[in-house]
Amino acid sequence: MSAAVDVKTLIIDGQDVSGRAGQTILEVARENNIPIPTLCHLDGLSDVGACRLCLVEIKGVNKLLPACVAAVDEGMEVTTNSEKLQKYRRTILELLFAERNHICAVCVANGHCELQSVAQTQGLTHVRLPYRTPVLPVDPSHERFVADHNRCILCSRCVRVCAEVEGAHVWDVMGRGIDSIVITDLNEPWGSSSCTRCGKCVQVCPTGALFDKSKVGTEHPKYPDFLMNLNVMREAK
Amino acid sequence: MSKIKLATVWLDGCSGCHMSFLDMDERLIELSSQFDLVFSPIVDFKVFPDEVDIALVEGAISSDEDEHKIRHIRKHTKMLIAMGDCAVAGNVPSMRNQFGVKGVTDRVFFDTASLQQQVPCQLVPTLHAKVRPVHEFVPVDVFLPGCPPSADTFYTVLSELLAGKTPDIASLTRFGA
Repeated sequence: MSAAVDVKTLIIDGQDVSGRAGQTILEVARENNIPIPTLCHLDGLSDVGACRLCLVEIKGVNKLLPACVAAVDEGMEVTTNSEKLQKYRRTILELLFAERNHICAVCVANGHCELQSVAQTQGLTHVRLPYRTPVLPVDPSHERFVADHNRCILCSRCVRVCAEVEGAHVWDVMGRGIDSIVITDLNEPWGSSSCTRCGKCVQVCPTGALFDKSKVGTEHPKYPDFLMNLNVMREAK
Repeated sequence: MSKIKLATVWLDGCSGCHMSFLDMDERLIELSSQFDLVFSPIVDFKVFPDEVDIALVEGAISSDEDEHKIRHIRKHTKMLIAMGDCAVAGNVPSMRNQFGVKGVTDRVFFDTASLQQQVPCQLVPTLHAKVRPVHEFVPVDVFLPGCPPSADTFYTVLSELLAGKTPDIASLTRFGA
């Protein structure tokens, strides 16, 4: 006989739902078709709660918690889409757009970008903050791929897929705060790094920060869904 | 009842938004029964009128002339619409912000010029250090992102505004659309 599954019942947006102990609010919400916007989360990778887009309100908790790392608990009452949350989400997106140079019209990811589409679904039509327009490098040294730091939102999906799935851990984050930047090896050019050329980081990058040199114009859809299939084949979770 | 007074303005943009506006084709004729086009690059009026109901502004603010114009337009307009990504976010014109004015003028008038290398200093407006969206200078009432916003977007938004409704812009268009 197997041990009984520890089931937690809770309320999300007025709907009675249940999940297994250890599941996150995000997982249970999505299983029940309750949408919560995310950028740094990707099915098949660990969660880091970096982008804060999935913040939710929990009754009795006086701060907002990221649904991607907050575990479900018995009797929880979760709100995923209040006016306050919408305001925070739009502000987070505005901060992302203002932080670097996101020129959608000339971006290789235009039309296939998660930042762009989340901004649209969150009703963002302009950025109230002044654009910083920083000077940032573009690394074209790799034979197949380009890293354009102007478009990076520091979600760290590339870092996680390289370390957790490819097992190479070529990508990492250097610096602190506004000076943070993703690097390959110890800040070597991507082309001369220990990169295995697998391309997983390009596929999971939500924006045009990492892209394939062979794609021209805006014809660069990405297919991050491969991760779940890969994990199934490897009999991982 | 007098017709709505509509103006369209072309600042630092490529005129693509105006092209898309014209792409409404025969629907423009239908809409035009509800407004008078009192100022636009596509008509011959030279002076922005004193009282305008709706102004569609294409382009970012890149020079002292742009800034002067947008402040004047704001003063004489009831509803100011930032039309397209340049007006809304700076877009392609703002890509020069990383290089500075000197970097840009050196590149254009010296590095890539083979004859008469000089920076024009007469009759051309002085460039701002950075290209900025319209709302960093004057309040904007409606933001219409897109590069350019599609003719369908223009038609839906203008029809609803002319009918006194508030269009749901985010459901129609986005940055880079």
